[in-house]
Amino acid sequence: MTLWFVFALMTAGAVFAVLWPLGRSARPQTPGGSETTVYRDQLAEVGRDAEAGLIGAPEAAAARVEIGRRLLEAADAEEDHPSHASKPWPRRAVAVGALAGIPLLALLIYLPLGSPQLPDFPLAERLQSADASQPLENLVAQVESHLEKHPADGRGWTVLAPVLAKLGRFEDAARAYRNVITYTGETAQLRADLGAALAGAANGIVTADAKSEFERAVALDPKDAKARFFLGMAAEQDGRTADAVTIWKALLADAPAEAQWRGAVQEALAQFGDGAPRPTEEAVAAASNMNEADRSAMIHKMVDRLSARLKQDGNDVEGWLRLARAYMVLKEPEKSRVVRDDARRALERNEAGLRQLNEGLKALGIDG
Amino acid sequence: MIAEAGHYALVLALGLALIQSTIPIIGAKLHDGALMNVARSTALAQLVFVGASFFALVTLHVVSDFSVVNVFQNSHSLKPMIYKITGVWGNHEGSMLLWVTILALFGGLVAAFGNNLPLSLRAHVLAVQAWVATAFYLFILLTSNPFARIASPPMEGRDLNPVLQDIGLAVHPPMLYLGYVGFSIAFSFAVAALIEGRIDAAWARWVRPWTLMAWIFLTLGIAMGSYWAYYELGWGGWWFWDPVENASLMPWLAGTALLHSSIVMEKRNALKVWTILLAILTFSLSLLGTFLVRSGVLTSVHAFATDPTRGIFILLILCTFIGGSLSLYIWRASALKQGGLFAPISREGALVLNNLFLTTACATVFVGTLYPLALEVITGNRISVGAPFFNLTFAPLFVPLLIAVPFGPLLAWKRGDLVGASQRLMAAGIGSIIAMAVLWAWTRGGSTFAPLAIGLAVFVILGALSDLAERINLFRTSLPVSFRRAKGLPRSAWGTVFAHAGLGVALIGIVCETTWNTEFIASMKPNDVAQVGGYSLTFEGTSQRQQSNYREQTARFTVSRGGEPIAVMTPSKRNFTTRAASTTEAALLTRGASQLYISLGDTGADGSVAVRIYHKPMVLLIWFGPVLMAFGGVLSLSDRRLRVGAPKPAKALHALQPAE
Repeated sequence: MTLWFVFALMTAGAVFAVLWPLGRSARPQTPGGSETTVYRDQLAEVGRDAEAGLIGAPEAAAARVEIGRRLLEAADAEEDHPSHASKPWPRRAVAVGALAGIPLLALLIYLPLGSPQLPDFPLAERLQSADASQPLENLVAQVESHLEKHPADGRGWTVLAPVLAKLGRFEDAARAYRNVITYTGETAQLRADLGAALAGAANGIVTADAKSEFERAVALDPKDAKARFFLGMAAEQDGRTADAVTIWKALLADAPAEAQWRGAVQEALAQFGDGAPRPTEEAVAAASNMNEADRSAMIHKMVDRLSARLKQDGNDVEGWLRLARAYMVLKEPEKSRVVRDDARRALERNEAGLRQLNEGLKALGIDG
Repeated sequence: MIAEAGHYALVLALGLALIQSTIPIIGAKLHDGALMNVARSTALAQLVFVGASFFALVTLHVVSDFSVVNVFQNSHSLKPMIYKITGVWGNHEGSMLLWVTILALFGGLVAAFGNNLPLSLRAHVLAVQAWVATAFYLFILLTSNPFARIASPPMEGRDLNPVLQDIGLAVHPPMLYLGYVGFSIAFSFAVAALIEGRIDAAWARWVRPWTLMAWIFLTLGIAMGSYWAYYELGWGGWWFWDPVENASLMPWLAGTALLHSSIVMEKRNALKVWTILLAILTFSLSLLGTFLVRSGVLTSVHAFATDPTRGIFILLILCTFIGGSLSLYIWRASALKQGGLFAPISREGALVLNNLFLTTACATVFVGTLYPLALEVITGNRISVGAPFFNLTFAPLFVPLLIAVPFGPLLAWKRGDLVGASQRLMAAGIGSIIAMAVLWAWTRGGSTFAPLAIGLAVFVILGALSDLAERINLFRTSLPVSFRRAKGLPRSAWGTVFAHAGLGVALIGIVCETTWNTEFIASMKPNDVAQVGGYSLTFEGTSQRQQSNYREQTARFTVSRGGEPIAVMTPSKRNFTTRAASTTEAALLTRGASQLYISLGDTGADGSVAVRIYHKPMVLLIWFGPVLMAFGGVLSLSDRRLRVGAPKPAKALHALQPAE
């Protein structure tokens, strides 16, 4: 309501600006300047200059004659146009026009363009009134903007890091965990979480960086379950399957019966032999929370990583097959055909691998 | 509420502009003083409403209200406060709002301080002003509305282009706009004169302060823009003949011509039709400048607005105003009475010569700027017209102009005495020849042109000073008498001296910088030493810092000369996280009027940094010159006394000079 009141006040002000001069006499109280004044001033100026000795008497006289001529012309012209008060009806018409026209025109233009129903959203107020109804992203943004200003706030980073990991922003999560470690000191759990975030950022592949974090975690606390699980995964991904099994079995043996992660380890052991590295639980969970576009973007990212890895190490038959399969799933068969050719070239000297590859490709229906 | 009130205020300003553009003209036809006075109150009310609208947008940027699209796209809550404010006009919509705010400001100034104008002239001027305003209000509201809203506002904005996040850019566009838009007053006066069909010496007197004001702002704006490019873009150059720079230079050249031709009109009632044409052309070029920058037809660092529909709208505005005013000119100009006659060698003749060269120079820039665009439209080929074209065409036009500059003020009105003027310039000529000879001896083997050009610059400066000496009879009478005469001299005469001397000063800077600029480009490791222009610079290493919205990599150089350490220079590179962009912050060390300039490039893997070091002798004079010119303009503007050209009778062979 206040908004409409302000609009009304403003409109009244605008209309008043038009009506005000109309209400006054048509014959102006101040006649305004005229050319004759300018020329009279010029004459006075010549006089002053002549007195000061800036110009000589003959020049001053010549100037006076010339200006005098202009002055006479201007005076004649002004007498030709005596200003006379005209009829009042044009003024009344303008007044009525302004009174009706300005509000009408303003509304006609404003209503389709403006959004009078929207209140203001100053940021400071919105940050104060943060409540549960806000989407998680907004809350995260608030915490992030707080931390940009106070980067040494360890508690803030502690709150933020797991949320970022849950949202699938693994790279940011890794940065956040590093900050937690810097500002609150390291623990085995933090190192393991950092490693998990790094692995998440690499789409489930336990990179050298991630592995060193897990090793650090185990060094701090040999019983840390998460670190040991991932170390098993690292071993499995490196092809040291026997090591992986040993690590996981030892982990299960140590595990308390009620531990929730028992299932995950058992599952990992059960699907053992498949040889394929799996995305971490977090990554999968994050992917299932994503919308379609995000998921496809994530899959593409994962595929890109895999193909980049295969370019360096082309001896991974399973990897090649997974890549080809992924492109079929993504409905990009021409790319999977490119993968096939690349794989054959990479496996040229590996006869067994080549055979395995061809069989897999046949199963996928891209043999030819 | 703030956003919507600002939006509504803009709409009301449009309504008022529509009234202001019609009613006063009807009033003038009916000789109705009240109707004519409507122009005055509506112009003031328009200023209030547009000012409120602009203030609303500034407030929205300050409080980071991301429900406004403009704020969301161009601001960020972590941006330092000053850049939150300057971000208002760092983008298309906001800068257009600033444009109309300044337009309304000038309209309001005419309404408030135009008491010396005849009523009907003022009514016409304000009406024409309102036509321009109406077109731009419609443009803003329909194609680039700064108050568009988002129903579910995001939590964070998208930052300002980091290159534009700089204090120089905070001040330079408003200055340029004050210049561009200020010429709209001259335009309105010209069109009003054409409508009224009456023009005389008094007209020139009335329009002069407005032209002068616009010219001062434009001069400062261009100088500031050039200095900004020099230290922010990191290329060490100060003028690139970039189309956007040309777009501001063209109105300046035309405006300078206008200033000079209006003197002739004021003093001698001559060159009237030509002055009107110049007034129209100057504002047309200002509009063109706005168009070139705002439509995105140019791909350049300045052209941060890109949208074809806007471009078409601006093109429409351009065609209407330029085409319309020129048609009106062709239709009415023949009806205007011609003014007085004068001999070719006279003050008037010198000013005509000045106009000839300035407008030709302006035309050259115009061709160089628009020819590539026209060619691209017609044939699809992209060519670029760069510095070589302008150096070959612009420079030869300016040399004779500069030679003529000292003669102009020394010639008498109506019939001048070239021999006499030359005699009076003898001292300046001798001084410049000495300067040339000294330079020649000192820089043997260097460029031949440089000593000649500097000699010319010295001639321009000494010429301006000898004009002053002549006026106050220096050395011919006793010093106290000269001093008294100097005090009695009109301020505008002092203005002429400063403006003309400023031209010479800028020329010295330009020649020194381009001729004796030394450059050192290399990849430097810590403790490497570079020898540039007699200074040795030791690279000590780099350090990283986190600032509010960017990360900064700073390099440290110690500068020494002859073994004596002088200063520490810290050039840096800034990385802006939100836009993933980086800027270089050059380090400048000022020694007298010369500068050392260090700009950082990429960092190598081994800790080495690509570095560009320049020694730029006398470079500051390039910008000091325009500041002097603008100061001259201010002096002239403060000259309240009306000025008269006293024709010199042919038979009186006095040593005395006519007063300005």
